[in-house]
Amino acid sequence: MMLKIEDLHASIEDNEVLRGLNLELNAGEVHAIMGPNGSGKSTLANVLIGREGYDVSGSVRFQGQDLLALSPEDRAAAGVFLAFQHPVEIPGVGNLYFMRTALNSLRRQRGQDELDPVDFLALAQERMELVEMDQSFMSRSVNEGFSGGEKKRNEILQMAILEPKLAILDETDSGLDIDALRVVANGVNALRSEGRGMLVITHHQRLLDYIVPDRVHVMAAGQIVRSGDKDLALELEKHGYAGMTQQHSQASRVPVGATR
Amino acid sequence: MTTATAAGGVLSRFDPQLNGRDPLWRAEARLAALEWVGKHGFPTRKDEDWKYTGLESILAVSFEAATVGSSRWVTADMIEAAAVDLGGARLVFVNGHFASELSRLTGLPAGAEVTSLAAVLAAGPERLERFFSHAPGQHHAFAAFNDALTEDGAFVHLTPNTCVNEPIQLVFFSDTGGFRLMSSPRSVILAEPGSSATIIETYAGIDGDVYCTNAVTEVVLAEDAQIEHYKVQDEPVTAFHLALLDVRQGRGSGFSSRSVMLGSSIARHEVRVLLEDVGAEVSLDGVYLPQGDQLHDNTIFVDHAAANCTSHQLYKGVLDGRGHGVFNGHIMVRPGADGTDANQKNKNLILSDRAEADTRPRLEIYTDDVKCTHGAAVGQLEEDALLYMRARGIPLKAARGLLINAFVHEMVDRIALLPLRVQVEALVAGRFRNGYRSVEP
Repeated sequence: MMLKIEDLHASIEDNEVLRGLNLELNAGEVHAIMGPNGSGKSTLANVLIGREGYDVSGSVRFQGQDLLALSPEDRAAAGVFLAFQHPVEIPGVGNLYFMRTALNSLRRQRGQDELDPVDFLALAQERMELVEMDQSFMSRSVNEGFSGGEKKRNEILQMAILEPKLAILDETDSGLDIDALRVVANGVNALRSEGRGMLVITHHQRLLDYIVPDRVHVMAAGQIVRSGDKDLALELEKHGYAGMTQQHSQASRVPVGATR
Repeated sequence: MTTATAAGGVLSRFDPQLNGRDPLWRAEARLAALEWVGKHGFPTRKDEDWKYTGLESILAVSFEAATVGSSRWVTADMIEAAAVDLGGARLVFVNGHFASELSRLTGLPAGAEVTSLAAVLAAGPERLERFFSHAPGQHHAFAAFNDALTEDGAFVHLTPNTCVNEPIQLVFFSDTGGFRLMSSPRSVILAEPGSSATIIETYAGIDGDVYCTNAVTEVVLAEDAQIEHYKVQDEPVTAFHLALLDVRQGRGSGFSSRSVMLGSSIARHEVRVLLEDVGAEVSLDGVYLPQGDQLHDNTIFVDHAAANCTSHQLYKGVLDGRGHGVFNGHIMVRPGADGTDANQKNKNLILSDRAEADTRPRLEIYTDDVKCTHGAAVGQLEEDALLYMRARGIPLKAARGLLINAFVHEMVDRIALLPLRVQVEALVAGRFRNGYRSVEP
């Protein structure tokens, strides 16, 4: 078991967003998390990487470690990666320099030798092909002035360079046209591997045509209310979230999809 | 203690050196300046331009005027450590007095006169009369005080169309030998039509020395003259630094000044620019990094007195500890200054709950045909950016360092002289090496 989330609760400013969420993910698996706006999908991503400001209870074990006890940088060193829904612009910090600093921080924390600029550039160039990114992006400031699609590609590039064990993709498809979506999905698919787990958070079924998940979970009101195989996404596409939410009112008595 | 007695107390300790060497006009100017200070006193926080900068701690110290030869222990290595040699003419002043043994005046083109003010006063003082005969304390008491006390400084005179390619370095080093000295260097830079030069002022001293630098630098640019000016202020935190950079620009002239403020307990860098003829351009930048109990005050006055002149200002502060940064920028656009293009921007990054940033950009416009913008921002390190970096594995301290660096680097990158930029980069990095604490221990 790579990731085991049990009875996860998270509140922000007295508003309980996650209400007893349970999830298990094995290495090599890709799980999709779907759900309407406000169901807590992004909060789950934020809590998993350690964003401050949430009151969190419950348990998250990542490869046997208590993930919630770690700082964001220690979670990254442990192998957790989030492709941000809204990648942050950092004026004045070069993209290439940023990625090298990140990789070398991870390597240092893992007791590995740092890569010098020349070796890193070679690595970055190789991985940039994966997301069809032009080298000019590397000399610019991190995400500054990037279009929505460029920002998302830059996220997948970082994932390709940092090679996490668990990749969480938060609405990576939002704001992408079909070409950009295909590029991003190709990048993600190329990074699927036996040792890597992925949690793909999305609002739309569309992305799952390109990244075919092993499991699909439906979130509503801070819980996973249904889980199934990839066909569940198609069912959702047909019937919408409304049906699920109805089931959810029953679910508050008998949780559906709870893995306990 | 009232201002009047403070001024009286300070004045009683400073007798102008009426030593018989001064020509009559110079002696009169000294007395008039002192009289002005006696009458008006030193500024207080009630004065608009001194609202955020209290002088109590400076006026409380019994300074004495630095005299020639007040220290002979300064070595070339000490100067090199303070100001990396840029290869051109290099004038070193110790406690405000020219130190010829540490200076180099060779390699200059024929049309460039680079020497000490004392040498000019000794040889042909009438050339300087116009610089000391304007109303004493025209701006404030410290300028008047400099009028009264100054003996020396740099003198740079560029005849028409003279271009000095190598940078001219002015190094003001203090070594007080345990005395509480006030040094009053006065530098004059005259750029005649079509001439150009790069001038770097560096101010430094010895850690632990208590002294006050009260410097005035006057720059006069005639038609189409170009001066690129830099100032690095890295005095020890036990010292005080008060400086006025007074600039007058003729038709089509260009002046730029980049200031790096690192040191001193209280440092005030005042820039006054008069754009007095058509088409003059000025660009003023500054970065200030107060930490501990330091106060860094940037007071800027740009006077658009003629048509089609351009002025740019960008000042950035990083404030840590109980550091206090002040930006007090005033742009005046006079009647008839049509086609003025003026902007000023001030950005502050606050790293500590106890740091303070005061920012006051001001526009005063008396004509319609102008393009003026100004803006000020005070912020903290972006939490979102910090999380983004940490989520990629960059530890918090390193992430903070990257963001601070990014904020400052926009300014450092503007330093065109590579060796100077490298030195400033090292000085800035040294500032933040030992922790940029937002949380007080």
